[in-house]
Amino acid sequence: MKIGAPRETMAGENRVSMTPDSALQLQKLGYECFVEAGAGEPARFADDDYRAAGVTVVKSANELISAVDIVTKVRGPSKAELKKLKKGQTLIGFFNPAGEPDALEQAKSQGVNVIAMEMVPRISRAQKMDALSSMANIAGYRSVIEASNNFGRFFTGQVTAAGKVPPAKVLVIGAGVAGLAAIGTAQSLGAIVRAFDVRPEVAEQIESMGAEFLFLDFDDNQDGAETGGYAAPSSPEFRAKQLELFEQQAPEIDIVITTALIPNREAPELWTEGMVKAMKPGSVIVDLAAEKGGNCKLTVADEKIVTDNGVTIIGYTDFPSRMASQASTLYSTNIRHMMTDLTPEKDGQINHNMEDDVIRGATVTFDGEITYPPPPPKVQAIASKKPEKTPQKTPEEIAADEAAAMARAGRQQTGLLIAGAALMAVIGAYAPASFMQHFIVFVLAVFVGFQVIWGVAHSLHTPLMAVTNAISGIIIVGALLQLDTGNSIVTVLAGISVLIATINIVGGFMVTRRMLQMFKKS
Amino acid sequence: MTIGLQTAAYISATVLFILSLGGLSNQESAKRAVWYGIIGMAIAVLATVAEPAVSLSTVLMGSIVAGAVIGVLVALRVEMTGMPQLVAALHSFVGLAAVFIGLNSDLTVHDFASKAEQVIHEVEIFLGVFIGAVTFTGSIIAYGKLAGKIDGKALIIPGRNMWNIAIVVASLVLLVMYMNHAGPWTLYVMTVLACLLGIHLVMAIGGADMPVVVSMLNSYSGWAAAATGFLLGNDLLIVTGALVGSSGAILSYIMCKAMNRHFVSVILGGWGDATGPAMEIEGEQVAIDVDGVASSLNDADSIIIVPGYGMAVAQAQQSISELTRRLRAQGKSVRFAIHPVAGRLPGHMNVLLAEAKVPYDIVLEMDEINDDFPNTDVVIVVGSNDIVNPAAQEDPNSPIAGMPVLEVWKAKQVFVSKRGQGTGYSGIENPLFFKENTRMFYGDAKASVDALLGQIT
Repeated sequence: MKIGAPRETMAGENRVSMTPDSALQLQKLGYECFVEAGAGEPARFADDDYRAAGVTVVKSANELISAVDIVTKVRGPSKAELKKLKKGQTLIGFFNPAGEPDALEQAKSQGVNVIAMEMVPRISRAQKMDALSSMANIAGYRSVIEASNNFGRFFTGQVTAAGKVPPAKVLVIGAGVAGLAAIGTAQSLGAIVRAFDVRPEVAEQIESMGAEFLFLDFDDNQDGAETGGYAAPSSPEFRAKQLELFEQQAPEIDIVITTALIPNREAPELWTEGMVKAMKPGSVIVDLAAEKGGNCKLTVADEKIVTDNGVTIIGYTDFPSRMASQASTLYSTNIRHMMTDLTPEKDGQINHNMEDDVIRGATVTFDGEITYPPPPPKVQAIASKKPEKTPQKTPEEIAADEAAAMARAGRQQTGLLIAGAALMAVIGAYAPASFMQHFIVFVLAVFVGFQVIWGVAHSLHTPLMAVTNAISGIIIVGALLQLDTGNSIVTVLAGISVLIATINIVGGFMVTRRMLQMFKKS
Repeated sequence: MTIGLQTAAYISATVLFILSLGGLSNQESAKRAVWYGIIGMAIAVLATVAEPAVSLSTVLMGSIVAGAVIGVLVALRVEMTGMPQLVAALHSFVGLAAVFIGLNSDLTVHDFASKAEQVIHEVEIFLGVFIGAVTFTGSIIAYGKLAGKIDGKALIIPGRNMWNIAIVVASLVLLVMYMNHAGPWTLYVMTVLACLLGIHLVMAIGGADMPVVVSMLNSYSGWAAAATGFLLGNDLLIVTGALVGSSGAILSYIMCKAMNRHFVSVILGGWGDATGPAMEIEGEQVAIDVDGVASSLNDADSIIIVPGYGMAVAQAQQSISELTRRLRAQGKSVRFAIHPVAGRLPGHMNVLLAEAKVPYDIVLEMDEINDDFPNTDVVIVVGSNDIVNPAAQEDPNSPIAGMPVLEVWKAKQVFVSKRGQGTGYSGIENPLFFKENTRMFYGDAKASVDALLGQIT
């Protein structure tokens, strides 16, 4: 089948859904690749690079769409673009099925199969095609870069001959992929980073990135696992507590990066006008939720504004597009992985398997039907919290248990000793003295053997066995003593015994040495 | 040589043997420990040869020289993966020697001070020959099973315990007849019966229990030597035999504990009775190719390798060692998790990894590493099956329920290198292979790891 990427039509969109690298991989799956002339230009992929990778470059979007079976895009299609698609064609890209019911209806009526990249379920298996995460990662990184660009100071604290520079204090609100990426970037620039999230279980992730988790003491904490790893709206009481916490932080903080989004809802207001007023002049706010109305109400989408008290608020919504090369590389890889899952046979034919959780979840129209919203995935995104463990035993109880076990073992041992003594008495009463002398030696040796072997390291059990095997060749002594009894049969049997016992001794010791020589320490 | 000097030599040999066994408590002292054993053995043999009753005949010299040459050849030739067979084969020699010595003792004329001494002497002959014969044939069967010359499955004949008991009872009857001067034929018949018992005992034990069997036979060979010692009134034989016997018994016990099995049920063969049907397994085994495994390994920070018998069969330890070296050179944490009963011999895996020069401080025991699996990115299971079977914990009806296992499924990703879809030695289905985070990496372990090496530099 043929797959092609047209040039993105939305103003300011620099990304492209196919790169020369991803085209090479798609060809390995058996697809023939097409690209519209100049589609990769804004992301710095030249048409010649595509040609070199075996991609057919066609002049116009119309020509491309009529030539291919699968159209890949970054942004959702415009009305005009959607119209060009034919029945049976597959469209892969962001689609926003919740926000664009009209487009969904149109795709259905035209019989176009649409795979919406934002609908890929958040399960481990699908991470490789999770374009939201890969784009959020870029947005998080870029948000810090934009902030530093508009911030008049160093991020890192420095003591220089020209004076001491305090480090910048960065607050990241919402520790999803974008938030964590922002934390990591700010951290590596040397800032003091604090972070907040309504899901207490991400505290560990925040701390793993080196930031300080602002802890909110509140009972009604959310369990992100129930909502597929996304945040859900919080209660009014919780919100009040949260805003109180932010108000305390506002005067101190130099840079705020807000990333709080709730799926299919307007972004919650977390950074109020009052907090903006409380901030120092020169501070920067980057609102990654600007597209959904912003976590700060002063944010203007797609613009940078400066408030009266000198706080810069950045509301760009195209962070990934501002790093078009990187974003295209990652996005095209997500698309390529999606194609890999759609082409299990690697024969260049799409197998749109609606039984597959990931493919089913991402498909929003199929065969003239709207298949959005998908049924919940069979596999939970994140393991839900385990129920409380059974109460731990108190130290007293443990001590009591141990004492009982000791007493039991003691009674057992006493019993064995008495039985053993009785047995000895019986043997001693009948056996001659010479036998008893040997018997003492025997019993003592058994005890020594028991005591010695407990200390042997587990890894040395095989050498131990080889050594004991070699030592059991001591039976040669018995054979030696019988060699000269004069009886020829006895001599022959004893001779054979000496022979095989010698094999045992020599072989056993040599093998043990060979084994032990191999043990080495790194 | 005087009796006093000989006794002194025997005492020093005994002390050296004890030091030799005790020295195996760690790798460094173990190398010295073997020398103690060798010197002890040399002293013991020389002291015995120097006794006036023993003349330096050609038979003696010939046997010793020939035996030494064969021993050296065998020891140098054997592959480290062939260790279990070799140890089993060597045990059979001790058993056979004990049988011969017992028969010889019967053929030699003795004077007895009292009736009691004669009774004890005759019991000793019987006991020595009995244990020796069981060790002899049992070891041969164990050798055959380990070398793959005999089917590894447990051979269960109807009423097998009755047969065992019948043989023991018959031997006791023969003993009584022998003591009442029924003639040496009773001894010979008993020898044949004991040989049959040895065969039957080990045939009834499945391949997965072989480590216990080998160590049990090791113990038997010690008891046989001790019985011979009583027979000949030789303290050195008694002490050494008892040392070997008790150490083998302890080793068997430790291993049974590791498998959560009762010693008796292992010896009598077969799995314990399950009380219900095995749990249904849902899902399917998902295969993965070399590229997938390689990319996961490249991304991973912490890796644990769980080797099993399959690694030994495929001789993959060198390749795995090289893989480990490369991954460690990239700064990744690579460790090995060894289950106490991995392989067909206790410590089998340790020896193989040591042969391949894997540093032993990254080779950890089950108890040391089991808690670390949840924090591990990738686990590679190389040719092991039952020891990573979650059914031991999850399915109370499983034949291996309650056996401690390596909890590999708690890691983020598990790759299982396996020849095909068959079950392990125990013949039990393994739910691990069906888990969400498990990928099956089919193929011969060595070939698979070599292919991986091509992608990881």
